[in-house]
Amino acid sequence: MTISKSSRTRKSRSPLPGFGPSLAVTISWLTILLFVPLLALVAKSMSLTPEEFLRAAWSDRARAAYTLTFTAAAISAAVDVVLGLLFAWVIVRYSFPGRVLLDTIVDLPFALPTAVAGLVYSTLYVKSGWYGRFLVPLGIEGAYSRFAIVLILIFLGLPFVVRTVQPLLASLEGEIEEAAACLGASRWQTFLRVILPSLMPALYTGFALAFARGLGEYGSIIFVSTNIPFKSEIAPYLIYSRLEDYKYEEATAIAVVLLVGSISTLMIINWLEARNRRYAR
Amino acid sequence: MLKKSLGLLLSLVAGVIIVGCAGSDSTSPAASASSADAPAGDAIELLNVSYDPTRELWKSLNEAFTAKQKAAGKNVSIKQSHGGSGSQARAVIDGLDADVVTLAMWADTDQLRKKGLIREGWEDALPNRSLPYTSTIVFVVRKGNPRNIRKWSDLTGADIEIVTPNPKTSGNGKLAFLAAWGSVINAGGTEDDARKFVTQLYKQVPVLDTAARGATTTFAQKGIGDVHLTWENEAHLEIEESKGELEIVFPEVSILAEPCVALVDVNVDRKKTRSVAQEYLEFLYTPEGQAVIAKHFYRPSNPEVLAANAAAFPVISLFPVTKVAANWDDAQTRFFADGAEFDRIYEGDR
Repeated sequence: MTISKSSRTRKSRSPLPGFGPSLAVTISWLTILLFVPLLALVAKSMSLTPEEFLRAAWSDRARAAYTLTFTAAAISAAVDVVLGLLFAWVIVRYSFPGRVLLDTIVDLPFALPTAVAGLVYSTLYVKSGWYGRFLVPLGIEGAYSRFAIVLILIFLGLPFVVRTVQPLLASLEGEIEEAAACLGASRWQTFLRVILPSLMPALYTGFALAFARGLGEYGSIIFVSTNIPFKSEIAPYLIYSRLEDYKYEEATAIAVVLLVGSISTLMIINWLEARNRRYAR
Repeated sequence: MLKKSLGLLLSLVAGVIIVGCAGSDSTSPAASASSADAPAGDAIELLNVSYDPTRELWKSLNEAFTAKQKAAGKNVSIKQSHGGSGSQARAVIDGLDADVVTLAMWADTDQLRKKGLIREGWEDALPNRSLPYTSTIVFVVRKGNPRNIRKWSDLTGADIEIVTPNPKTSGNGKLAFLAAWGSVINAGGTEDDARKFVTQLYKQVPVLDTAARGATTTFAQKGIGDVHLTWENEAHLEIEESKGELEIVFPEVSILAEPCVALVDVNVDRKKTRSVAQEYLEFLYTPEGQAVIAKHFYRPSNPEVLAANAAAFPVISLFPVTKVAANWDDAQTRFFADGAEFDRIYEGDR
C-alpha cells in the first residue's frame, strides 16, 4: 500500500528534480541578460519625442536600410533551407570517406570570426580574385554588391539549418520509407509526402535561426558591401554611423525598429510552424 | 532569436569583463601613483588612445619616450589603442581610461571637453595649439599613373574610380571630403561648384570603407579603384608595402589636417599620472620626438626639423579648415551631421 502510494506521488511530480530553484535561476538570468538590456534599449530610445523618433528611425534612408536587411536575410535563409536540407541529407543518409570531416566543417561558420569570413569572401570575388576573375566578366559581382551580402549570409546561416534538420532526419526510420514504397509511392512521392512533412518543423526553425542571424550581422557585411546609402547600407551599419555622430538615442531608435521587426517575423514563423503541425496531424 | 540573445549575453559578459579590467586598471596605477614622486622603479602605465593609421608612429615614439624615462630612472610603460577617431572618442566618453588622446579630428577631441573630461581651453595647454605635427590628404595611384591623375579636378574624369573611407565614420574620410570641397573654393569656385564636384566625386566611389586601413586594403590588396585618397603617412606606408605597384601623387593643394593631442584631465587627476602624461606630450615637441614624427611621414611642427626633412615633404599648399567652414566644429555640423551636405549627396540620387 505504502509502495503504491509513494509511486503515485512521484508520478504526479515532475521527473526532473529541483523545479523551483532551476526556474528561479533561469528567470533571473534571463532578466539580467536579456530583458533588462532590451528594456534599457527601449528606454533610451524613449527619451526622444515621437517626432524625433520617427525622423531617426523612419527616414527614407533608414527604410531603405531595413528593406535591404530584411530582404537579404530572408533570401539567404530561404537558400539555406534548401542547401541545408541537402547537406543534412548527405551527411545522414550516405556513408563515404570524409563524412565525419564534412560533418565537422559544417560548423565552421559558427566558429570563424565573421570579419574573417567577410574579408575572405570579398578577396575571392573581386575582379582579381580566384572566383571573381571568371564571374565578374559575366557580370556577376560577388563582392561589393547586394548579391555579396546575400552570399555571405548564406554562408553564415547554413549551419543553423543543417544542425536543426540533421537529428530529425537521423531519427526518421527507414521502415517508414519502405512502407511508403510497399504502398506504391515513387521515390519522389516518398520524399514529398512522407519525409518532407516530418522535417517541416526543423526547416521552419532553421529558417528562423538563419534569418535572425542575418538581421543582426554586421562584422562580415561591412567588408563585402559597398556601404553606400540607399543602395547597400544595412541597418546595423546605419546604427554604427549614428553612434559615430554621438547620436545614441537615434541609434537606439533604429535598433528598436529592427528588434520589433525581427520579433514579429519570428512570431509569424512560429505561428506558421504551429499551424503546419496542426494540419499535419 | 537564439543568436540575438546569445549575442546580448556575450556582450554583457564582455562588458562585465571590460568593467572589471577597467576597475583594476584604474586602481593599480592610482595606488602606485599615490606615491608618484617616490623612488625609482615605481611603474607607471599610460594609455594613449589614438586614431587608426598611427600604430607605427606611436610604437616608435613610445619606445623613444620610455627609453628616455628609463635613463632618468623612471619606469614608464605606455599602452596604445587604435581605431576610427570618432569611435575612439566615444570609447573614452564611455569610460575607457585614457591618459592622453591623440585623435584625428579636432571635433572628436573637443567632444571630450563637451562631456567634461577635458578642461576648457585645452587647445592652448601645449605648444602650437596642441599640434606636435600636422598632416594632409594625398593621392595614391597605380604604377605609372595610367589615368594621369595629378590634381583634384582630374578625379571626376570619366570612368575613374575613387577609394576613400566613409566620412561618417572615418577621420580620413572627413578630411578627404573637406580637401575635395576646399580644392574648388581655393580655385575660386562657389559653394555650388564645390557641391557639384564632391557629389560627382562620391558617385565615383565604389566602396565606402569604415576606416582608413580598410580603404587601404580595398585599394592596395583587392585592386579596387584607380586612386586612393588617404593620409600622407598612410600613403607612404602603402607604397612601401606594395613593392613598386603603387605610386604617390602630391596634389598642388590639399587640406591642413590638425590631429591635436590632449591630456584627459579627469583621468590623469584620478590616476595621478598628470606629470608623466604631460611630460609624454611635451616629449613630442622635442627635437628627438619631432625627428621620429618626420621619419613616419607626419609633418613636424618644428620648422627646423621640417626643413631638415624637406625632401620627404614636397611643398603642398595646405589650406586651413577655415577655408571651408568657420572652424572644425562647424565643418562637422555643416558637412557630416545627420542630413547635412554628405548625406544630401545620396538623397539626391535615390
